[in-house]
Amino acid sequence: MIKLTINKKEHNVDVDPDTPLLWVLRDTLNLVGTKYGCGVAQCGACVVHLNGEAVRSCVTKVSRAEGKKVVTIEGLSETHTHPLQKAWLDLDVSQCGYCQAGQIMSAAVLLKENKNPTDQDIDDAMAGNICRCGTYLRIREAIHAAAKIQRQDA
Amino acid sequence: MKKRYILPVRTMAILLLLSSLIIFMNFRFKSESLIRNSVVGQAHTEFLKTELNAKDSVASVKAFAEVYKVLMSPRCMNCHPSGDVPLQGDDSHLHAMLPKRGKDGKGLYAMKCTNCHQPTNIEGLNKPPGHPDWHLPPANMKMVFEGRTPNQLAKQLVNPRTNGNKSMQQLIEHADDGLVKAGWNPGEGRTLPPLSHEEFKKVWITWIKTGAYAPPPMKAK
Repeated sequence: MIKLTINKKEHNVDVDPDTPLLWVLRDTLNLVGTKYGCGVAQCGACVVHLNGEAVRSCVTKVSRAEGKKVVTIEGLSETHTHPLQKAWLDLDVSQCGYCQAGQIMSAAVLLKENKNPTDQDIDDAMAGNICRCGTYLRIREAIHAAAKIQRQDA
Repeated sequence: MKKRYILPVRTMAILLLLSSLIIFMNFRFKSESLIRNSVVGQAHTEFLKTELNAKDSVASVKAFAEVYKVLMSPRCMNCHPSGDVPLQGDDSHLHAMLPKRGKDGKGLYAMKCTNCHQPTNIEGLNKPPGHPDWHLPPANMKMVFEGRTPNQLAKQLVNPRTNGNKSMQQLIEHADDGLVKAGWNPGEGRTLPPLSHEEFKKVWITWIKTGAYAPPPMKAK
């Protein structure tokens, strides 16, 4: 039995310690906001926070998450009003939406570490999150907007 | 009459002998400087003073030729790039997604090395290789291998200002560093360095203990 803390809630899961965290989130705990994209840490669709870092849950064994704090898109904000979520809605960023949970989780780490990112900072932070619909320009704009909201709220 | 000439002749002979000796000594000193070429850094000098090792420039340079092959293999060089993006694959192309070094060598924001590189290799062809301390050299001491000639790399390795502040003894120990050894456990789909770790360690230590001489300057790889 593996003890996990996900979105501030404790879970005991009976899975092989080598199971990818993504599988446990989606199949065992029904937290399906996090998506499966490539399975080899190349696309960023599966990004969740592990002790505040934007790990790729498709290659992260569940054993690595034991004793650490996991946050998924469902837990980024209890009221779904994280500045990024507000900005995403304001600018209608998503097209098909499949990659957007990973995009937002990566952007959240950027905004936590850099309150006023430049375009270059955004590119550096988001280079590992792929969007087949090509919403990159809206993503960039939304991150700037979210940074502004975050600064105003602070 | 004869006595009058003996003194100057003797003086001249002594002067000639002394001059020859000075010229000979000077030649020896210059040759030594030329051969050593690389021997830079206080740590190196201290090491040679304190360690009872036979200095042997020929054996040292010969050992470094093998060391160089390993250090310039993709398994070592890929994490010692000339730019701020690591290299990837046996052809040492720029790492997909262009993750950047960051200040501490561990990446930036959502693109930190250990976000994808796990404590161990991920099973499967070309999946991310792993180590708990996966990182590049830090921004303030990049320890670049890519593009370095044997001469340049040897000099860089013995100089604490360019080798991560390592003494010669620490350099020897570095052969057993976990991340160095990870090069010999690269995961499926990646070639191994040209020597085994055991062979590498042997030539590495031989190079250092015989004086850590740099090969003469030549064209970059």
